[in-house]
Amino acid sequence: MIRGKNIKWKDFINYAVIAVVTIIFGSLSVTGNLASSTQFLLEKMSIAILMAISLSLVVGFLGELSLGHAGFMCVGAYLGGKVAAVLAQSMGNSIVTLILSVLVGGAVAAVCGVVIGLPALRLKGDYLAIVTLAFGEIVKSIFQNTSFESFGGTLGLSTPRYDKKVLFIIGFVLVIICLAVIQNLIRSKHGRAITAIRDNEIAAKAMGINVTKYKLLAFTVSACFAGIGGVLYSWSNYTVQSSNFGYNYSIEILVMVVLGGMGNINGGILAATLITYLNTTLATVLTGDLAVLQNLVYALILIVIVIYNNSPALKSFRERYNLKALLHKIKLVKHDPMRVKDDEAVWDRVPTKIAMDEILSVDTKVRTSVAEKGDPYESEGED
Amino acid sequence: MAEYVLETKNLGISFGGLKAAQNVNISIEKGEIYGLIGPNGAGKTTIFNLLTGVYKPTTGTFMLNGENLTGLSEQAINRKGIARTFQNIRLFNNMSVIRNVMVGLHNNPEFKCTAIESMFRLPRHFASEKAMRERAKEILRIFDLEEERNNLACNLPYGKQRKLEIARALATSPKLLLLDEPAAGMNPNETAELMDTVRLIRDKFDVTVLLIEHDLKFVVGLCNRVTVLNFGTVLAQESVAEALSNPAVVEAYIGK
Amino acid sequence: MDFITTLINGLSLGGIYAMIALGYTMVYGIAKMLNFAHGDIIMVGGYTIFVVLGLSGNPILATVAAIIVCVVLGVTIEKIAYKPLRGASPLAVLITAIGVSYLLQSLAQIIFGSAQKIVIVADMGTVTLGSVSISVSTLVTLGCTVLVMVVLTLFVKFTKTGRAMVAVSEDRGAAQLMGINVNRIITITFAIGSALAALAGLFYLMKSPGLTTTLGAMPGIKAFTAAVIGGIGSVPGAMLGGILLGVVECISYKITAIAPYTDAIEFSILIIILLVKPTGFLGKKRREKV
Repeated sequence: MIRGKNIKWKDFINYAVIAVVTIIFGSLSVTGNLASSTQFLLEKMSIAILMAISLSLVVGFLGELSLGHAGFMCVGAYLGGKVAAVLAQSMGNSIVTLILSVLVGGAVAAVCGVVIGLPALRLKGDYLAIVTLAFGEIVKSIFQNTSFESFGGTLGLSTPRYDKKVLFIIGFVLVIICLAVIQNLIRSKHGRAITAIRDNEIAAKAMGINVTKYKLLAFTVSACFAGIGGVLYSWSNYTVQSSNFGYNYSIEILVMVVLGGMGNINGGILAATLITYLNTTLATVLTGDLAVLQNLVYALILIVIVIYNNSPALKSFRERYNLKALLHKIKLVKHDPMRVKDDEAVWDRVPTKIAMDEILSVDTKVRTSVAEKGDPYESEGED
Repeated sequence: MAEYVLETKNLGISFGGLKAAQNVNISIEKGEIYGLIGPNGAGKTTIFNLLTGVYKPTTGTFMLNGENLTGLSEQAINRKGIARTFQNIRLFNNMSVIRNVMVGLHNNPEFKCTAIESMFRLPRHFASEKAMRERAKEILRIFDLEEERNNLACNLPYGKQRKLEIARALATSPKLLLLDEPAAGMNPNETAELMDTVRLIRDKFDVTVLLIEHDLKFVVGLCNRVTVLNFGTVLAQESVAEALSNPAVVEAYIGK
Repeated sequence: MDFITTLINGLSLGGIYAMIALGYTMVYGIAKMLNFAHGDIIMVGGYTIFVVLGLSGNPILATVAAIIVCVVLGVTIEKIAYKPLRGASPLAVLITAIGVSYLLQSLAQIIFGSAQKIVIVADMGTVTLGSVSISVSTLVTLGCTVLVMVVLTLFVKFTKTGRAMVAVSEDRGAAQLMGINVNRIITITFAIGSALAALAGLFYLMKSPGLTTTLGAMPGIKAFTAAVIGGIGSVPGAMLGGILLGVVECISYKITAIAPYTDAIEFSILIIILLVKPTGFLGKKRREKV
């Protein structure tokens, strides 16, 4: 996309931040100045970021809820882990083994993405969410019941552990690749087609957009990177247990995407980092049954954020007191209320894909212009 | 035969026992602005849905420039050259005005660029993006929307939203443009302006227009010929003046 | 006569699923939302039974208490979490429901711990008819399910409130214009659904006495599967789907070769049915208007 030169750097700031962080921690680690626990934390962060970015493509940009994202990760972890375990016997824990396992894990997960994308062509909303959830559970159950020789069965698959000093650097390189691919995809005509499907599928079809192709594309790319996240997981742990990739983990990734803001990749990255950090820190403080306190807090955050961001009743409140308005007030940003960045989505404007009935009821009335809906940024400008 | 842009033969659809449209024969010449009128529930939008592939006809066929398009998908029909607007505006509300138009340009062979090329930012991506942006601006200029190009589509006033929908449909470079109540909700000034715009795009984009409209002034001012529908059947098919003096038509509209 | 035992066990399990599925289907039909927390209300019912049974030793008192707690909880959740989102994007509602489900599970774990509790509601023994031997609790479950379903069907068909519920599910706007208090109907729906969930919790504990905080998660998802198979929004559909799923599950558990894959099989059925007939067996087809 060709834009004015003065704002172009903004598009790359996320890469820059990740690169700088990686270089700083990477050099600390290579020279032996980084605690092993920090290295492990960074590995987990890179995996979480991969998962959040890839899920955000489907949830934030295609507008479909996927509750089986951990299922793709599971496929990647098992398949990539198996390849790694086999290759490591002949080639050792080399970077080549890692790259090969990443390729295999990503590819197999991508194939699963196509398979799960197919129902997405016929189903929407709640139904699709349930299908993805079922997919995740099926994957889990299949790997749990494999024989010990093939994928370890209930005991889990033993996988090689990559050098702790470097694995997180590789993780962040993969994050940057994932970010580049998905962000480039979104900021292109293909990304426009995907967001068009989210905004109004009927109109997108009428504009000649190949809905089948783009839904499958979004699911495949998303699944591929989730699979890569899984491979990374297998390298970062000694065993891969299918029970770790259940519904709860899918929800945790969803929390990251929701916390980061729908259709906001950078927000997702921040949320993934924060949640992973909190998970690890809290795990040392909260032990035993108190460990669920953390889940309780996530649940509350999820509920409060979603209600705050979406409740029609809180609309005026939300417009007056939000981050953008605040920044505008203290003149940190020049804010034109009418203009927004083009890939941001506001939930209450994303059409009701799920409730067919609501679409029906909207359509039978003649919509009395946007005036009725109100301009979401109106009061911001007046402040 | 190919002298008509659109030709429908006995086109009809029934939902269960309800015959929403039957035996509709319309022939539209190139460059014509053709009207489709009739009271509420007469089946006008159903005809549009048939012509754009939303519904598959249960009887009959329709042809665009002599090519049979019956039974194709919505996407395929659009690519063959039929574009439409919607009675209840269906813009991509979360996208800026210019991006809405650029979605319309998506399938234009001039801006070809595969997803792989975009993902890895190969040179063709930049070239096609730039060209698309320029073309979209040109189209917006015709509709006097260029200034608003970076606004969200849903923030536009109603009249401009209608215009944007037409602009987006035109971006798919159609041969036949279907306008579903383009003047609904507009004031007389906007309606008059819209009439000029429709004529302008007919000439400039070389399209043929089929429109549904309740505002008979609008229809009289634009169309030479109309088809009057009532209860899914063709009531009259003639020049506007004749149609409006036809007693059957008057009865359908205002009763005996 | 192993088969008949399996079949009756399947019918009884199916009855439990059907009861949960009814809650899903009614809420979906009327509030147009997928109440993900529905399964966890079963769990709350289970813990209420555990506590009251421990205090009083009276299973009937425990059941009544569970119903009351679940109804209050269900209605409260609706008021606090879902009502503010009425009219918002369904995606937001769905995510909130997931949050509520998570919240209930973690709360239960904080209060009761993660260790499994054993709850023996009532020891009723088994009956033997010829070569078929069935536990009495299975028969009680089956009987109660049939009773509940008959009562519910009659309620929806013949009472004013029941008919108002049908009206709201058909067209909320029109129902409101006809003077129906939509908020009240939604509250009643949540109350009925939660009461059914409490009963389902009771029967579940009668079937297998182990009680954990995730008790409701699996049956919840499976019951949703049942609701979808029968056609979501349809009351007889939920019953049909539930019973079908219960029988399939019990038969699958009996066949050694596929027993470990039972869950996978049930979910595969869900996916296949959604792909082949997304409206389920008894659901109504809705067409998006253009």
